[in-house]
Amino acid sequence: MSNVPVNNGRRRFLTAATVVVGGVGVAGVAVPFIGSWNPSARAKAAGAPVEVNVSKIEPGQLIRAEWRGKPVYVVRRTKETLDGLAKHDDQLRDPNSEKAQQPSYATNAYRSIKPEFLVALGVCTHLGCAPTHHGGDFDQFVDGVSNGFFCPCHGSKFDMAGRVFQGVPAPLNLVVPEHSFSSDDTLLIGVSPDANKGEA
Amino acid sequence: MLMKLCTDFMGWIDKRLPVTDAWNKHLAQYPAPKNFNFWYFFGSLAMLVLVNQILTGIWLTMNYEPSGDGAFASIEYIMRDVDYGWLLRYMHSTGASAFFIVVYLHMVRGLMYGSYQKPRELLWIFGMLIFLVLMAEAFMGYLLPWGNMSYWGAQVIISIFGLVPIIGDDLTLWIRGDYVISGATLNRFFALHVIAMPLVLVILVFLHILALHEVGSNNPEGIDVKKKKGSIKPEDQSKFKFHKQYTDKYDIVDAIPFHPYYSVKDIMGVAGFLILFCWVLFFAPEGGGYFMEAPNFTPANGLKTPEHIAPVWYFGPFYTILRVIPNAMLGAIGMFSAIIVLFLLPWFDRGTVKSVRYRSKLHLFNLIQFSICFVVLGALGTLPATPTANMIGAIASFGYFGFFVALWFYSKNEKCKPVPERISH
Repeated sequence: MSNVPVNNGRRRFLTAATVVVGGVGVAGVAVPFIGSWNPSARAKAAGAPVEVNVSKIEPGQLIRAEWRGKPVYVVRRTKETLDGLAKHDDQLRDPNSEKAQQPSYATNAYRSIKPEFLVALGVCTHLGCAPTHHGGDFDQFVDGVSNGFFCPCHGSKFDMAGRVFQGVPAPLNLVVPEHSFSSDDTLLIGVSPDANKGEA
Repeated sequence: MLMKLCTDFMGWIDKRLPVTDAWNKHLAQYPAPKNFNFWYFFGSLAMLVLVNQILTGIWLTMNYEPSGDGAFASIEYIMRDVDYGWLLRYMHSTGASAFFIVVYLHMVRGLMYGSYQKPRELLWIFGMLIFLVLMAEAFMGYLLPWGNMSYWGAQVIISIFGLVPIIGDDLTLWIRGDYVISGATLNRFFALHVIAMPLVLVILVFLHILALHEVGSNNPEGIDVKKKKGSIKPEDQSKFKFHKQYTDKYDIVDAIPFHPYYSVKDIMGVAGFLILFCWVLFFAPEGGGYFMEAPNFTPANGLKTPEHIAPVWYFGPFYTILRVIPNAMLGAIGMFSAIIVLFLLPWFDRGTVKSVRYRSKLHLFNLIQFSICFVVLGALGTLPATPTANMIGAIASFGYFGFFVALWFYSKNEKCKPVPERISH
């Protein structure tokens, strides 16, 4: 090859230019292939807010709503449960809800807008299983705490504010989704109180 | 007359495509060590199972409906209404478990006889890539029946990607194509399961065999049958005719042509394998709940997690490592590390003696403890996570990783027995 009259500088430039232009082309072609994996317009539309009538929930009872295909737990907590929440702070990973697992308007001792109603995603923060509600017999998992959630997959435990106990695989408290009350009895999941006022 | 016609035809072909040459190079004149034992069945058996999976898979797609609304019902349709549908599906599902059994045994063989050592590192890496793609293929295939265990198993595994810092949530959204696992997820897994992954798998198997034939097969003695050109007297060389690609560069000793000697031997392996395979296929197609799990006989339900989520048995070891670590991020790192260390095995082992037959007692012990830990981790993966189980799992995980660490330390100056020049039996 060395005896062939070649302009190496020109050849290098052309090689580099071809690689760059070709690379841009490949990146451009990759966009639709990668982009088509995002949720479709139909899937996004299905993520609309959900209305729940909370007037019929008995104290201590849990109902499941479905929002964006995920289970949302709505619990009407009793007075005793609410009072008990402060008693096991030392056993929790994040007793004061410092990690952003809830909207700012639910960053309080009860992790809720109205103390009696807990609204949380029934999705374990470990690997996404649905924790089971144990009303009354939770002390088999944590001594002295009679209500809570236990994840059957890998044994993570949460209290009645969705706060995670120490020593379990789940790293974070249960997620409190955006929600608001459009009237005393009507819970809107997926809409924050500000947006709710704006619409009304 | 007919004979001459055939010869002329092959001559015509060979002038245009080297078919006869390829046949000789890779089969009729490929020098295979003469001392292969039963452990050498599992490579060809893995290929047999691959063919089974591809054939039954193609037939299953003819009646399967890849949609959130139709998938579960179409599986029941295949099982009940399609002629021989039950047989094709059970061949496919039993084949999946059989695939992992033969691949795990194939890997044990490589560990015992040092088949990953220089110069077979790349061969080992191709094998590991096959294993990795196989796991992805099996995982996506398991979602397709759209049973409740399919759904929640996929939920757990996809959530692992959510642990990636910063982009985690967007990444899982992108993988699912929806806010939860839905028909969109099912459809893309179907596409990957029936087209993308099998294509990659076949290409990797092709490269695996090509790399094998370039470096040559190892054997239970770990003694190379390809000697330096000119170092062996003609009367001591193997009496068989081998392809010139091998004899030009090396003197071949203690080897026999793959075909017909090992093709015939492998048929014996196939016969034995098929007896066991068919027994499971016809008498225990659900594998006692290990090949097909009970919750998968109810349709996917995103609001109800099964009481006890267990992966299919072949993911057990890695799943146990994931969950014995009481921190989600570290657990995921541990699980992926368990696979990465396998990739790096050729560099953890700094020894030059290949076969366990000539290596130290310590190495034998290390191999045995590794195998036991692997089986224990696998068993725990299918059981509920009790504190006792987690304790045992932690010990077994320690043994699993300990194998590699210990190997790195002792293999440098290991006391091995002298390795003979030639295979003597």
